Amino acid sequence: MDWILWFTKFENTKPLALVIFFAVFCGVVFYLYGNKNRSEKLESYKNIPLQDDDN
Amino acid sequence: MATTSTINKEQYDYDIIRKFTIMTLVWGVVGMLVGVYIASELAFPVLNFDIPYITFGRLRPVHTGAVIFGFGGSALFATSYYVVQRTCQTPLFAKGLANFTFWGWQAVIVFAALGDVMGHTQGREYAEMEWPIDLLIEVVWVAYLVVFVGTLMRRKQPHIYVANWFYLAFILATALLHTFNNLAVPVSLFSMKSYSLFSGAQDAMTQWWYGHNAVGFFLTAAFLGMMYYFVPKQAGRPVYSYRLSVLHFWALVFMYMWAGAHHLHWTAIPDWTSTLAATFSIMLLLPSWGGMVNGILTLSGAWDKMRTDPIMRFLIVALSFYGMSTFEGPMMSLKDVNALSHYTDWTVGHVHSGALGWVAMVSFGSLYHLIPKLWNTQTYSNRLINVHFWLATIGILLYITAMWISGIMQGLMWRAFDDFGNLQYSFIESVAAAHNLYVMRAIGGLFFLSGMVVMVYNMTKTIRSGKV
Repeated sequence: MDWILWFTKFENTKPLALVIFFAVFCGVVFYLYGNKNRSEKLESYKNIPLQDDDN
Repeated sequence: MATTSTINKEQYDYDIIRKFTIMTLVWGVVGMLVGVYIASELAFPVLNFDIPYITFGRLRPVHTGAVIFGFGGSALFATSYYVVQRTCQTPLFAKGLANFTFWGWQAVIVFAALGDVMGHTQGREYAEMEWPIDLLIEVVWVAYLVVFVGTLMRRKQPHIYVANWFYLAFILATALLHTFNNLAVPVSLFSMKSYSLFSGAQDAMTQWWYGHNAVGFFLTAAFLGMMYYFVPKQAGRPVYSYRLSVLHFWALVFMYMWAGAHHLHWTAIPDWTSTLAATFSIMLLLPSWGGMVNGILTLSGAWDKMRTDPIMRFLIVALSFYGMSTFEGPMMSLKDVNALSHYTDWTVGHVHSGALGWVAMVSFGSLYHLIPKLWNTQTYSNRLINVHFWLATIGILLYITAMWISGIMQGLMWRAFDDFGNLQYSFIESVAAAHNLYVMRAIGGLFFLSGMVVMVYNMTKTIRSGKV
């Protein structure tokens, strides 16, 4: 269980957190902009508020 | 892909939205009136009349409670219940519970104001309410979450539109913030007095974790939800980039939580927390401006609406103030700038450029769009909307200009030394020097309040011509 003590040190967890958050951010950006078909699908959702205009 | 099926509008529950909309107008007038009065008290202290119930210290939380939770909160309940139904194409879940959120929330605002005037306070900014009212807020908020999530879960539209993400983040974050900031032990079951579970620097950090994220989630994320629905609706065109709105959402909700300690620069908190908060505050500029650009560019190709449509003018100017405040905020979070700005009127001006320029203006624009639809009628007077717009804009400019000048002057006077190393000015000299600027601020507030009164008149006429 000694390995768990590694997480108690700020000099370890700060760069680890940085790597995790940066990787997640890159993942979100890739998900949004990395694929043309997915991009088109995502952009189609922007019409949702305009679909009920006559109500 | 988004589906195109819609349901008949008679199936939507508009009654609860109408109630919250009316109370938004009522609390807007009450809260802004109290604001103008306390601004006048600062310029002319004789207006305290030596009556404890109406001193600045007691009326100030009445003002913030009425405008943030009464006006802003009611506007958010109204628009979130409207947006979630329209974009999910389904009626509201648990109408009885939704009705409870209305009466419960109005009771919270009234009890909070009475408590403030009577002198009952926890002394926590934007969370002055004592423990019994905190418990009532907790119950109402859980009911709100159930209604909102229940409606999302029975949606007919497979995709959850991004405005609802912002509203849901606001509901969840506010629940967390309210719960942990108000952990307190009452003196007895029959006493209003309680003591915080935290103390010292931890207490300060908990307060400003709450205070800053109340701004971040209650006054920003939620109103962005409003923006992402009502700007496209009023412009008659979809938001500029849906993908940018998703990126805006995740970046904003992630970064806001870390920035609270910038309210405590140069105090007893650990220096690294201060630096961390300032760093995240600077990074917040990117998603904030991404969202602003996304909103403004929605009008791309239809800029003429800025000339012809006063509602669009409200919404776009609101976005401009959002951009300006979210530039000013990170700048003030820098330790060296903060050394000058903190404890001065610059902070008050900054808050009001966000609260009046962004929150109130985007609410006005959204309500002008919403009210004729709720009452199935036409707006009584577009000219009066225009009059309101200019009264509000002039009022904000007078207000924030006065506070910029007053704040920077105070900061400079408080740090000025004479040749012998003594402070050059006494505190009262800096108060006296700000007098004319306090008068200017009160006049700015009066302009803004006048605009609100014009809106109430215009919307009362509109509602009376309604066919509901």
